[in-house]
Amino acid sequence: MSNNYFIKPMSMALEMLGRISSSEHVNRWKLREPALKLVYQGMRQSVRVGKFVQSRYVAPKSLKHDETLKKNILPKKDRFDLTLTREQQMVRDELLKFSKQVIRPISRDVDSGEVSSDFFSQVNELGLALSGVPEAIKGAGTIRSPISNVLMAEDLSYGDMSLAIAALAPLAFVNTMTEFGSRDQQARYLPPFTDENFFPASIALMEPEARFNANKLKTVAVPTNAGFRLNGIKCMVPLGMQSELMIVFADLLDHGPRGFILEKHYPGIHIEKEKNMGLSASGMSRIVLTDVEFPVAALLGEQEVHYSHQRMIDLARIGICGCALGTCQAVLDFVIKYANERIAFGEPISNRQAIAFMIADMAIELESMRMLTYRAASRAEQGLPFHRETYLAQLMCAQRAMQIGTDGVQILGGHGFVCEYPVELWYRQLRAVGILEGTFVV
Amino acid sequence: MIHLEIPKKLRQVGDMAHAVAEGMFRPISRKYDRFEHAYPEELDMLRSILQGMADGGSGMGADGLSQKKKGKTKEIKNGNNMAVVLNMMEICWGDSGLALTIPGQGLGNAAIAAVATSEQKKRFDGKWAAMAITEPDAGSDSAAIKTTAFLDGDKWVLNGEKIFVTCGERADLVVIWATLDESLGRAAIKSFVVEKGTPGMKVTHLEKKLGIRASDTATIILDNCRIPRDNILGSESIDTKKSFAGVMQTFDNTRPVVAAMSVGVAKAALDLTCELLNREGLSFKYEGHRFEIPAIEAEIYKMEADLEAARLLMFKAAWMADNGKPNSKEASMAKAKAGRVGNEITLRCVELCNSLGYSENHLLEKWARDSKIFDIFEGTQQIQQLVVARRVLKKRSKDLK
Repeated sequence: MSNNYFIKPMSMALEMLGRISSSEHVNRWKLREPALKLVYQGMRQSVRVGKFVQSRYVAPKSLKHDETLKKNILPKKDRFDLTLTREQQMVRDELLKFSKQVIRPISRDVDSGEVSSDFFSQVNELGLALSGVPEAIKGAGTIRSPISNVLMAEDLSYGDMSLAIAALAPLAFVNTMTEFGSRDQQARYLPPFTDENFFPASIALMEPEARFNANKLKTVAVPTNAGFRLNGIKCMVPLGMQSELMIVFADLLDHGPRGFILEKHYPGIHIEKEKNMGLSASGMSRIVLTDVEFPVAALLGEQEVHYSHQRMIDLARIGICGCALGTCQAVLDFVIKYANERIAFGEPISNRQAIAFMIADMAIELESMRMLTYRAASRAEQGLPFHRETYLAQLMCAQRAMQIGTDGVQILGGHGFVCEYPVELWYRQLRAVGILEGTFVV
Repeated sequence: MIHLEIPKKLRQVGDMAHAVAEGMFRPISRKYDRFEHAYPEELDMLRSILQGMADGGSGMGADGLSQKKKGKTKEIKNGNNMAVVLNMMEICWGDSGLALTIPGQGLGNAAIAAVATSEQKKRFDGKWAAMAITEPDAGSDSAAIKTTAFLDGDKWVLNGEKIFVTCGERADLVVIWATLDESLGRAAIKSFVVEKGTPGMKVTHLEKKLGIRASDTATIILDNCRIPRDNILGSESIDTKKSFAGVMQTFDNTRPVVAAMSVGVAKAALDLTCELLNREGLSFKYEGHRFEIPAIEAEIYKMEADLEAARLLMFKAAWMADNGKPNSKEASMAKAKAGRVGNEITLRCVELCNSLGYSENHLLEKWARDSKIFDIFEGTQQIQQLVVARRVLKKRSKDLK
């Protein structure tokens, strides 16, 4: 199946060779040597084209059905509950420590856009992507857990949302694969994420239009003899310059939005780093696809998995809500400390109701965002319908996250406006909530 | 494991309350809104039902609210506090005014359950108790009350004026907050049980109100009202070192209940609004980008998101109480959020439905009037914000006023 795309040119060449070598004209006019040379060149060229498109990710075996991650995880008891599992609590403790000790101290510097490879080595040791890869292929994952992924987004974003998105981009790819990929695709494309080096990968969904609609993509995929040909422009793709692998979403003629696994070396791909209001450390890039050829096996899920585009969009929306929670918590914790220390008119400004109430409201709205996000994620994890809950969570986060961001600057007054303090950075990052789509599939 | 769905057992409780709301409250809702001071006799039957359930150990009344002590077992509970808020939410979906005047379910009952001795609980069992705290000059600042109590022989003598007493006229008992010594501040404030008909206690006035008209709101004058010595709730001694934590803790448990009332009314408004809009061709499928859908649809989703948040915050506070986790901050967050969004939603629904919203032909305008009080009584929005702010900023009341 994976060899379809170069057997055809090869068989054509062999047929041509056969005809020429048996031709009396070639022998009579002593054209045999040059003819053979020509055929040889032609054949080598066609094999080269075929090889270009051939995947260098070859799986030794496919995944068995029971080796994939378990889905639809139900709670042991039917009880309203807000307690984390012991594992989630351990991961939370570790990631918050990483956020405070490693991420937050560099968060201002990386806003220039330069992130050291050292950082990514440290991130790799956290094993984020590994946690989503099935155990059968040397990963640490056993279940699909949107809740655990939301908590990771929340805890890393507490350090810095930009770096969180960068750190989690490979896991986004992994989650999309384990959710929608065929067993062959999982076996082929997930092993690099268990490597000792950080393996960058991304999801490419957004397109540069003011009225971008995630359900009506302008990037188009047309079926060809060898697979598919894609044309279009993707924007705000995290780690775009570095990623070896991507899942690009395009409208497949007569089928609607589908995912396509892109390997960086395919011809026709042009990548440019973007400059945005914030989130520069996440390496957001623009991907231009001009007649890019994809093999048949690049279709996410192939014929094996029923793809639900709305589900993918919703899982990613929950992911961004998770990032919003962490960033807003950072703002809240910072302004509490600042307001308690800043003296004006003889006492801390936190003694004044105008400031204290603004902070109380920030806390209340953050808790509101949190409850809606957790509910959407927990329903997704349990296999319950979660589209409505995600829609409401995103609505809440889009509105309230920015309010918290702007109030954060306000409380610091003039100091909030300058780069010496982090609130202006969070303000710029939080505006992306409500805009980003597909960034972090939980 | 994080799981934010209401379990089947609780859902059944909610469904039952919803049936009472729909079958018993809705049909008489407009009637008692119009006849403000008429006694809703239809509710006497409900009293028997609830008393029967309570005697059977359902723990479902106001007296079922309490902070559970952290038990030996680590198992997560969905207990009485959650059941009561769910119940109240559904009942208020029916009619919040009537909910406040259910015989046997007064705020005084919650106070008695929290602070009374077992002898007192036996004595007052089955009686409907109102709570009288507010005075003309003391609302939010409940420590500034001036009603006095002094001991004369073996009787307490009460003097003062109480306003805004819910069920003050209808209840069998009134729990009166009075001070033993004004100069000693809040430590000297105690609560006293006065039975209806006791000489010296008189209901002088019933308020005409913007909403919750079915619930009577009384002014009570105490003029040398003499009650037995053992009608005091809690200890007689004044411990100036103690804050008045005991009775205030009752409020940690009742705040989620008031949040529930607000959520219930707002849900009623949103449900009816969607129904009316459905009849006129609108459907709500959560499809389309929030900027590309009709404004009216976007408004509905925004309200729904806020209401969902209020509902979950309410359940979180109740869940914490059920599991022995201190929940003062969360209880205030729930009440603050529910109070403000409940009012916003009910008012917005009237606006969205145009003349249908404004007309007395539908209950929308009534709910918009009812909702306002939930952001005011039992701690105004501003007091809730103060409580949350103090917790979040770790401030004492003398620093953040």
